[in-house]
Amino acid sequence: MVMVQTEDLCKSFGELHVLRDVSVTVQQGEVICIIGPSGAGKSTFLRSLNQLETINSGKIFIEEQLLLHRENNATIARAGKDDFKSLLLQMGMVFQSFNLFPHKTVLENITLAPQQVKNTPKAQANELAGVLLEKVGLAEKAGEYPSRLSGGQQQRVAIARALAMEPKIMLFDEPTSALDPELVGDVLAVMKQLAAEGMTMLVVSHEMGFAREVADKVLFMADGIVAEEGPPEVLFTNPQNPRTRQFLNSVLPQ
Amino acid sequence: MQGFFEWFQVGWDKIWGWMPALMESTAVTLELTAASVSTAVVLGVFLALGKINKNGVIRRLSAAYIFFFRGTPLMLQLYFVYYTLPDILHKLFDGSSLEFIATGPLSMQSRFFAAFLAFSLNIAAYLAEIIRAAIQSIPKGQMEAARSLGLTYGQGMRLIVIPQAYRRMMPPVCNEFVMVLKDTSLVAIIALMDLTFQTKQIAALRSSELVYIPAMIIYLILSGVFTLIFNKLEKKLAAHE
Ligand SMILES: Nc1ncnc2c1ncn2[C@@H]1O[C@H](COP(=O)(O)OP(=O)(O)OP(=O)(O)O)[C@@H](O)[C@H]1O
Ligand SMILES: [Mg+2]
Repeated sequence: MVMVQTEDLCKSFGELHVLRDVSVTVQQGEVICIIGPSGAGKSTFLRSLNQLETINSGKIFIEEQLLLHRENNATIARAGKDDFKSLLLQMGMVFQSFNLFPHKTVLENITLAPQQVKNTPKAQANELAGVLLEKVGLAEKAGEYPSRLSGGQQQRVAIARALAMEPKIMLFDEPTSALDPELVGDVLAVMKQLAAEGMTMLVVSHEMGFAREVADKVLFMADGIVAEEGPPEVLFTNPQNPRTRQFLNSVLPQ
Repeated sequence: MQGFFEWFQVGWDKIWGWMPALMESTAVTLELTAASVSTAVVLGVFLALGKINKNGVIRRLSAAYIFFFRGTPLMLQLYFVYYTLPDILHKLFDGSSLEFIATGPLSMQSRFFAAFLAFSLNIAAYLAEIIRAAIQSIPKGQMEAARSLGLTYGQGMRLIVIPQAYRRMMPPVCNEFVMVLKDTSLVAIIALMDLTFQTKQIAALRSSELVYIPAMIIYLILSGVFTLIFNKLEKKLAAHE
């Protein structure tokens, strides 16, 4: 099944065209890494998928159902209200800056959305949170406030928080780039495990090791377009587009 | 000189006789302040949300409200609520199915209710800006995280943003409370028996000007005590961050 499909997504901020006809297809269970220079539109692309940004034009399909179709900054068609909501809930998002809720404990961070959005009973939400915390290796931190955790721990809680809504697609926007180098590994390990379990993942990241090991496909974005795409072993070793080559030269240790 | 001490001695002895009346009116001052400020905080949150609303009409309405209440004298607002509003309501609703609006507390010429209403509406306009700033000081990522988890904008505000903004607006709101405590003395103009009006009455009727001294001391004690309590509270909240 095609989990995410976009057709000709365009997004501009005023005069600045950040996405220009981005068309991407993500199959179930695929892990896609998105790389590219700063300002290429990588974050904007992820944020357009889960509606943190509203596209100017293009189509978004989730699980082969139309979520939204817009042209010239006007909505042509969108899923019905309930479908729209449930399709959006198929996507979980992890942010570069974690964005944990500082006034809630780790446990409350994870159980809040299931209780509020899905009306999951508290006991059941707590149980699920326990399982997820175990999974990200932080079972003993349930009662802590986020400010008492390291960046790596916070990001793993953020992953558990997103997973608590039981999404089928996970969006990661530079999940490790705010972390001290020694904390990156724990977060990547959790992401690798998720990938191994068959989660569909869209990951903006410059962790080339992760991309090489886990990604099925790498997209190179520049100036609002997908300039090149391919399996990591091909794209990293034999890039066709000169921009890709230039970018890889600048980030890969020689 | 001899005369002064005698006069003071006699007046001072009478102060203890006025105490019960002063205490009673102090309670009115406190009730009015507490009721007005807490109502104004709630109203102020809605005004602040209105000012940052996506909908331009709501934004303009909130701005107009704030402009009106900050741009006219509180004294006139008080007169208006006490004298004019009941008339308007009677003219509008008498004999209609909505008569309860005209015969409710607004029209009972309840001095306390009129003062409470005028102060709440007025303070809300001043607090709205403080509350808006507190809400906007919460990083955007908080609402984005809430939305990405499926919460509505309303849930995100109520459960995530406002509780965090609440801590940041505590100090200015407490400050406002202490200001209002003194500003309520304005209600003397509609003859509500608060501490200031009571003091004036005693001074006039019993011709004892000395009563202003205990009245000021009571205001001082109240301001001091509340400042102290609020400072403690802020420290506690800050420790929790
Ligand atoms: N809300 C916004 N308003 C105006 N411009 C924006 C906004 N968000 C992003 N932009 C601009 O859009 C462009 C693309 O931003 P985006 O964050 O998608 O890039 P990115 O590829 O994620 O870059 P980075 O690697 O730095 O995170 C940038 O030039 C950015 O300044
Ligand atoms: Mg980005």
